Amino acid sequence: MARRVRPGRSGAALMIALGTLAAACAAPGSNSPQPQATGASPMSAAPACGSAPITMNGYFETGFPLPKALTAEFTKQHPNVTWNIREDQFAVITQNAPRVLADNPPDLMRLPQVSELVKDNLLKNLDSYAAAFGWDKWPASQLEQLRLGQGGRPRGEGSLYALGLNMSMTGLFYNTKLAAQIGMSTPPTTLAELDQALEKAKKAGITPILQFNGGATGGLAFPLQNLMASYGPTAPINDWIFQKPGATIDTPSNLQAVQHLEKWIKAGYFQKDVNAVDYATMMSRFIDGQGLFMFNGDWESGNLDKQMAGGVGFSLMPPAQQGGKVAAMSAPLTFGIAANAKNADCAAFFLNWVATDKRAREIGVEIGGSRPVGPADAYMPDVSSDTVTASTLAAGADIAKDDGAMDFIANATGAIYAKSWTPNLQKLVAGQQTPEGLLKAVQSDYAGQLEGN
Amino acid sequence: MTAHPAGGRSAHRRPARSRPRRARGLAGWLFVLPALAFYAVFVLRPVTLTFQYSLYDWNGIGASTWVGLANYGKVFTEPDLFDSLVNAFQLIVFFSAVPVVLGLAIAATIRRIAASRLALVARTVLFLPQVIPLVAAGIAWSWLLASTGVVNQLLTLVGLGGVTRAWLGDFATALPAVGMIGAWVLLGLCTLLLLAGMSKIDPALYEAARLDGAGPWREFVSITVPSLRQEIAVCVTVTVIAALASFDIIYIATQGGPGNTTMVPGLQIFYLAFSEREVGTASALAMVLMLLVIACALPIQWFAKDGNK
Repeated sequence: MARRVRPGRSGAALMIALGTLAAACAAPGSNSPQPQATGASPMSAAPACGSAPITMNGYFETGFPLPKALTAEFTKQHPNVTWNIREDQFAVITQNAPRVLADNPPDLMRLPQVSELVKDNLLKNLDSYAAAFGWDKWPASQLEQLRLGQGGRPRGEGSLYALGLNMSMTGLFYNTKLAAQIGMSTPPTTLAELDQALEKAKKAGITPILQFNGGATGGLAFPLQNLMASYGPTAPINDWIFQKPGATIDTPSNLQAVQHLEKWIKAGYFQKDVNAVDYATMMSRFIDGQGLFMFNGDWESGNLDKQMAGGVGFSLMPPAQQGGKVAAMSAPLTFGIAANAKNADCAAFFLNWVATDKRAREIGVEIGGSRPVGPADAYMPDVSSDTVTASTLAAGADIAKDDGAMDFIANATGAIYAKSWTPNLQKLVAGQQTPEGLLKAVQSDYAGQLEGN
Repeated sequence: MTAHPAGGRSAHRRPARSRPRRARGLAGWLFVLPALAFYAVFVLRPVTLTFQYSLYDWNGIGASTWVGLANYGKVFTEPDLFDSLVNAFQLIVFFSAVPVVLGLAIAATIRRIAASRLALVARTVLFLPQVIPLVAAGIAWSWLLASTGVVNQLLTLVGLGGVTRAWLGDFATALPAVGMIGAWVLLGLCTLLLLAGMSKIDPALYEAARLDGAGPWREFVSITVPSLRQEIAVCVTVTVIAALASFDIIYIATQGGPGNTTMVPGLQIFYLAFSEREVGTASALAMVLMLLVIACALPIQWFAKDGNK
């Protein structure tokens, strides 16, 4: 039987409750320790891991074996260094990054979009390491996306805050068997030729493009950005991604790109259920031979060589005009060091080792499937020429020649992909958004997010 | 805590007189203390902190700025945030109305065949979804509802190939589709609760009704449903809260897509706090959601008690 609590007693209860709540008085954020902004101070000698036993704290991405393969090899060569590695899905890393870097700073961490992390002083400034190891003499495009101005804006210039384990790149994978069926012996060299191939495939009852666009991952951003680079220059797109003042995504050539994408959608070149297809489903359908093309990145090269040996080709997105410049989304597999990391020197030494050690570069290509970073004249491992890995590595060289590397439009801000590109692309598929409206909506979300940060 | 008849109360007080009141009260507080501490740390403190955060513009790490009630303004003026609240209310139809109505019908049916083995099987099968983790249910259903999934295969088999689609990827059907997943999960709970309630109804009532010439429908409407008032209230409360606070099923099945058609407050709060890093707005939406849940649940409770008089 419940008994009524007398006022005097409930007063005591209130006191106890309020006592527990007392901690909540200060403004949020004011009580958390603020990492010091790390400035660059010159180093007398290149840092190293020393010879004393040392345990490195790593925070890596689940499902990508490359970092662990590299750390294992590193320990083989430097037995005093052991690794304590925590792994999470990339989405989880994205959500956890600020708190983990602040509360439990890893020595080496797979990073999501870095602007906001730099703004909050959570990442170590790598300028002094770059000078000590000579990273600033590498091709500038490898480091550009990881340079940030004061306070995290703009990106693309300023101090170095992270380094890539390799440079991944995107383009068009195609099923060679299905390509032969429609008489496509070489990949298209212009956008018009690509359109013809898509039309032929559709007429032959083959799904022209397999893509994902379901849930919170709008994969039509892949073909869209490729179309943007076909129709216009890459620099304004990069400026937008790098949050340069006054940059806009709503440009005439980008509008042509969205209109072209809409034409593909209306012509039925994507699967009818593309708004319900996730990345894994797209991959399994492509491997199963259910479609001709797939816009994806070279992180799948090794996997596709294994699963469809000899049955898959790769091409960069063709330019609108014959002989025009090629371009591709190309981004480093970003790793950084927490501002308060205990073993920052050893982590920097490891990053340098990944780019310069012969065996590390071999592992990078064999397991990662992408171009290793490092000096322009560094050792490049041999790859059997009939593999798709060889094609993607060669394409990487073409991109470097045309200076056609772009970051991914989904990386412009932390939330632009899930909250803006994805719903708007899904609406475009459903006929509930126009090309003009799509660019305007994304630009307005982008402006709002920059204002909010 | 409701009022109790005076007689019961005085009967309760008598033995206490022999002991000092103070000591008795203290002992009582000692017993309550552990629960109270947990309640304060895990319920009251988070609620207070959330309310505090909702008054600031804060990214979760750096310094914060006091913005007063501006975040609450955003909740009601930004279409993305407000639409998620509207979606949650639409889900009530699927999460509450379907399981309760269907649960009543099924429970009544099972009761009529209570002695047979079929009743046991039906009860088990219907309750099974409650035992399955929501994440697993979400994954299984997203396979069933895929464009090549079992649902579409069955439709094609019966000649309805024309209506097949990717149910979770279609703007018109995504919300009803996740709603049906919720209905499937909650149906078992409602059925079991209602069945338990039915077993308490005096069989003499049915007998009397039958003697008066009532058919099964009349029995159901005039005896079963009114007697189950409290159980129905519990079902409605639990399922309405499940609808308004839904997260897992939608996070797994659609992640709020396509084009935000299945975005619900729970998911929106998660995105705001952890991907957009707008902890203030997320907290404001969380407070609004909490108040909405209370505003929906309290009248149902009151309604149930009213009938008890």
